[in-house]
Amino acid sequence: MAQEEMAKKEKRSLSRRTLLKALAGIPVMGFFTFEAFRKINFDRDKRSRVIKELGLEDLKAPRIVTGSSGKKGDLLRIGFIGYGNRAQQLSHSLGFMHPDEVQRRKQNGTLAEWLEQEDLNVALTGICDVYDLHAEKGLTTAKNEIRPGGNSGQSLPVKRYLSYQDLLNDKDIDAVIIATPDHHHAHITSEAVKAGKHVYCEKSIARTEDELYEVYDTVRNSDRVFQLGHQITQNVVFQQAKEIIKRDILGKICLVETTTNRNTASGAWIRHLDSDGNPKPGDEKSIDWLQWLGSRPYKPFTTDRFYNWTKWFDYDMGMIGQLFTHEFDAVNQLLRIGIPESAVASGGIYYWKDNREIPDVLHATFEYPKKEMTLTYSANLASSRQRGRVFNGHDASMELGGSLSITADWDSTKYREQLDRGIFDSSGPMISINPGSGGDVDAITSATAKYYAARGLTTTNINGRNVDVTHLHIKQWIDVIRNGGQTNANIERAFEEGVACVMANKSYLEKRRVEWDPINRRIV
Amino acid sequence: MKGTKTFTTFQLTTLVLLRMLIGWHVLYEGISKLLIPNWSSAMFLKESQWILSGFSDWIISNSGVLQVVDFMNTWGLIAIGIGLILGLFTRLAAIAGATLLFIYYLNNPPLLGLTYNLPSEGNYLIVSKTLIEAVALLVLAVFPSGSEFGLDRYVSRFVKSKTKKEE
Repeated sequence: MAQEEMAKKEKRSLSRRTLLKALAGIPVMGFFTFEAFRKINFDRDKRSRVIKELGLEDLKAPRIVTGSSGKKGDLLRIGFIGYGNRAQQLSHSLGFMHPDEVQRRKQNGTLAEWLEQEDLNVALTGICDVYDLHAEKGLTTAKNEIRPGGNSGQSLPVKRYLSYQDLLNDKDIDAVIIATPDHHHAHITSEAVKAGKHVYCEKSIARTEDELYEVYDTVRNSDRVFQLGHQITQNVVFQQAKEIIKRDILGKICLVETTTNRNTASGAWIRHLDSDGNPKPGDEKSIDWLQWLGSRPYKPFTTDRFYNWTKWFDYDMGMIGQLFTHEFDAVNQLLRIGIPESAVASGGIYYWKDNREIPDVLHATFEYPKKEMTLTYSANLASSRQRGRVFNGHDASMELGGSLSITADWDSTKYREQLDRGIFDSSGPMISINPGSGGDVDAITSATAKYYAARGLTTTNINGRNVDVTHLHIKQWIDVIRNGGQTNANIERAFEEGVACVMANKSYLEKRRVEWDPINRRIV
Repeated sequence: MKGTKTFTTFQLTTLVLLRMLIGWHVLYEGISKLLIPNWSSAMFLKESQWILSGFSDWIISNSGVLQVVDFMNTWGLIAIGIGLILGLFTRLAAIAGATLLFIYYLNNPPLLGLTYNLPSEGNYLIVSKTLIEAVALLVLAVFPSGSEFGLDRYVSRFVKSKTKKEE
C-alpha cells in the first residue's frame, strides 16, 4: 500500500518535472518579447527625436495618384516632331509602346507596371521624322492596341508628315512633342505656338541668344501651354527637398555643386554603332538630310553626324545643353536662382579624341552675388565615379538625386547642441527620403542604412519600382492644357535656364568671363 | 527518441542552450524584417554572386516572385525561431533553418575573388558565421533536444498515442 503511494507520488512529481522541462522555452520567449519591444521603442524614439528636432514631423509625402484621375477632358490629339530614341521613351510615358518593346517587357516582367500607368486620354495622330525607319516605328507604336487603361486602342488614325510644317498646318493636331536634335527646338517651338499648338519640348530650349529671345517672346505672348522636358523634378523627393529648403534645415547655402560623370562611348555621344559594333542603318535615300540640317551649314551626310550630332556645336551645346540643363533646372526649381550675374566655363577634349568639337571635361561656375551663392557644374566623360548634386549649407548639406539625404554639418551653429548631445551624428546622413517608400521622411539610425543612403543604394531604387517621372511631367503638361495653371518647366524657367546655358557656352567658346546685362537683357 | 536518453545532463544543457541562442537570433532577424518599412530581400539578392546569382536575378526581376520570397523569408525566420526556442517541431525547424541559412551562404560566400558592397563585420575566408550557424542547426537536427526540453515532448506523445490507437 505504502509502496503504491510512493510510486504515485513519484509519478506526479515526475510529470511536474516533465511539464517544467517541456515549457523551458516559454520564459525565453517572454524575455525575447520584452527585449524586442524595448528595442522597437528605442529605435522609434531615436528616429522621432531626429525628425522632431528638425521640425519635420508633419512633412508627409504627397501621394502619387497612379490610377485613373476621373474626369479626363476631351481626347487630346498629339503629334511627334522627331521620332528617335527619346521620342520612344516619351511615347511610353504618354501611353504608347512599340510591339517589340511590349514583347521585351513581357519577357522581363515589367509590362504590367507600365499597363498600370494612368491613361491620359490622348491619341497619337501625327508622326514627323526625316528618317523613314524612325517614322515607321512611330506609326507602329501609335497603332499598337496594347495600352494602359485596357486594350481599347486609339480611336483615331495616325498619319505621317514629311515635314514638320505639314504637321503644324494640320488643324486636327492639338499639341506637339518636339524631340528633334537641339538645333530645331527653338524655331519649331516658335512656329508650333504660332500655329496654335501646345508644346512639350525636349531640352535644351535654344542654342543661341537670338533663338532664345525669339522663342521666349513667342511663347510668352501666346496662350499655348509650354513644358520643357525636365522630368526629374517630378520625383517626389524634389517636393520634399523644396520643403526642406523652405524650412531652412540646411542653413545658409553659399555653394551648390552639380556634376556629371560618365565613362562610356554612348555616354560620350558615340551612338552610330549597334550593340554588335555594326553601323546603324540610314542613308540619304531614307533620310531627308537637308531638312535635318535645317539652317545649319551644309555638311555631307554620314551616320556619324546623323546619330552623334551632339559632338558638334552646330547642333547643340554639348554637355551644357544635354546634361547641365537638367542640373540647372533641378537647382532653379528648388532655389529659384534665376539668371546668373556672370559665368565662366573652361574645359577641353582630353579623352575622346575623335572628330568632336564639344569638350569631354568641362567646368562652369555661375555667380549670384545678390543671392550670395555660387552654382558650379563639373562634368567628366572619362570617369564613372558618381559625385552627386550637393547643396552645401552651413548647418547641413543635402545630396539630392533619385533619393535625398541630409547630413548635419560638424561645425553647424544651429545644431551645435544636438551634435554635442549625440542626437545628431555628422558622420553620415541623418535623414533620407526615398521615392519608393512613399517619400516619407526616415531618420537613419543603423550603420547599414547609413551606408546605403550615403551611396544612394536604396531598396526601392534597386527594386526598380520607380514611378516614371516623364509620365508625370507630360501629365502635368496635359493637365494644364485641360484645366489651366502653370507647368513646372514653363517658358520663364526655360528662359532663365537658356540664358545660363548660352552664357556658359559662350564663355567656353570665347575663353572669357561673360556677364548678364539685366537692363538691356543681353549677354555681354 | 532513443538518442536523448543517452545524453548526460551537461550535454543536453549545452544543446538546449545552443538551440535557444540560434532560435533567438533567427527570430529577431525575422522580426526586424517585419519592422523595417518596405523591407525587401532585393538588396541582398542583388548582391548575390557565385552559383545562385542567376536565380536571384530572376527573383528580383519578377515582382510577384519577390513578394512571395520576402513573405516566406520573414515569416519562415519567425516560425523557425519560435520553433527552436520553444522546442516545437525542433527537428523540422532546425532542418528548415539550416537550409535557409545555407541558401544565404550560397548567395554570398566569402570565396576568393568575390567582393561585396555590403561591409561584413568580420574577416572570412570560405567559412562565414552563416555557414557555421547552418551547420550548428544540422547538429541540432541530428541531436534533437526538443522532446526533453521543449513542447515536442507533448507532440511526440500525442503522435505516439494516435499511432497506437490506429494500430
